[in-house]
Amino acid sequence: MSEWEPKVITFLCNWCSYGAADLAGVSRFQYPANIRIIRLPCTGRMNPKFILAALRHGADGVWVSGCHPGDCHYIEGNFYARRKFALLKTQLEYTGIIEPGRVHFSWISSAEATIFAEKARKVVEAIKALGPAQHFIKKQAEVA
Amino acid sequence: MQAYTEKIREAAKRLLAEKKVDGVIGFRKGTMPFMNEPFMAKTPEQADLLVWDGNCGINLANYLPKRTDKIAIVAKGCDSRNISIQILENQIKREQLHILGAPCKGMTDKRKIQDELDGKEILQAEEAGDKVKVSGRDFEKTFNRSEYLQENCAICIHRNPVISDEMLGEPVQEQQVERYEDIKQIEAMLPEEKRKHFDELIEPCIRCYACRSACPACYCPTCFVDESKPQWVGKTTDPTDTRTFHFLRAFHVAGRCSDCGACERSCPVGIKVREFTKKLEKEVKELYGYEAGMVQDLRPPLDVYRPDDPEPFL
Repeated sequence: MSEWEPKVITFLCNWCSYGAADLAGVSRFQYPANIRIIRLPCTGRMNPKFILAALRHGADGVWVSGCHPGDCHYIEGNFYARRKFALLKTQLEYTGIIEPGRVHFSWISSAEATIFAEKARKVVEAIKALGPAQHFIKKQAEVA
Repeated sequence: MQAYTEKIREAAKRLLAEKKVDGVIGFRKGTMPFMNEPFMAKTPEQADLLVWDGNCGINLANYLPKRTDKIAIVAKGCDSRNISIQILENQIKREQLHILGAPCKGMTDKRKIQDELDGKEILQAEEAGDKVKVSGRDFEKTFNRSEYLQENCAICIHRNPVISDEMLGEPVQEQQVERYEDIKQIEAMLPEEKRKHFDELIEPCIRCYACRSACPACYCPTCFVDESKPQWVGKTTDPTDTRTFHFLRAFHVAGRCSDCGACERSCPVGIKVREFTKKLEKEVKELYGYEAGMVQDLRPPLDVYRPDDPEPFL
């Protein structure tokens, strides 16, 4: 079997980080192919359920990225998101659902393609170091 | 505490006779020892059934959301905080309420007392002042109530109601205690140990949702556990489903939980579900300086923001 590669579910906001991913692509920047991008209208749309659902279905890590606070297309979406993320991440780690380093958050504007590629590398590296996430996957019932 | 009984009855009779309210929500004697049941008196005669003692741990604010009539309600410190949250969240209007504030010295934990009795069944419990006398077949024992309080009451720092229309007694002295000792212990664990700790904690869970139903902050028209398209949480007792449920339940009450202990009290298998909610309470207090329901016109912490909020997650 070939070497294990992590799957990282990546939620990007339409206006900034998705644009950064696009720019990184057209600029031919190299970044790991482990990220699976899901486009959100805004990080304010991000729901804790999404992260739990990703982990439950076998994602090894989750990365959420949006506009810098203050630059939100919807003026204040990421301000609300910021409070949610702060509580969410500590609670995920506190209850032992994830180890520190499996869930990442960042602010990346649509001009910051280099930062996007750099952060993608860091995220995948951190998750690779932790190994596959196993314990939160719902096991199928064993049928004889 | 029992002295409130007379005052509650008197206030209920007065309010009902003057037609100031349509009902008075309080407690009446339950059919089992240590179990008072919530009760709404609708006539002055029914008001005589109302009682108050150390077994009124259920949070009565749970019966308020979406009511349209005028209601008087007996409220401990925690209940009153939940009422003020519900007013803030437009579940009920302040004008509809007549709050009978009950300064509280904590509720008895029947499990702790039962644990002292070698499995013998308690058939009768009588409370007198700070003592509880329990008796059953061939035994009789007296306990100091202050040593057998619910865990959330033992560390309660807001015993007096924050809003009320009339008080049932003099304010009691607030406790000076370290609230987060157990949380700090868990925080100090390794990720592996934390996972094990919480797996063992929720292992007996039968997914009855009593914790959700008893919670005055849980009133969504459709709860996330009942959603089916998409289905976020499986309905089985598979460890992953149970973990997801407890995680999301706690997250939903982040910054809205008054730590009234109704969830823990109602759990039929005795899971300490407050270990989930208390951590969020601690974080909200540390990050945003907010305590649920303490200030009437302050929006809940996840409903507002400051431009300079901390970003510990980056």
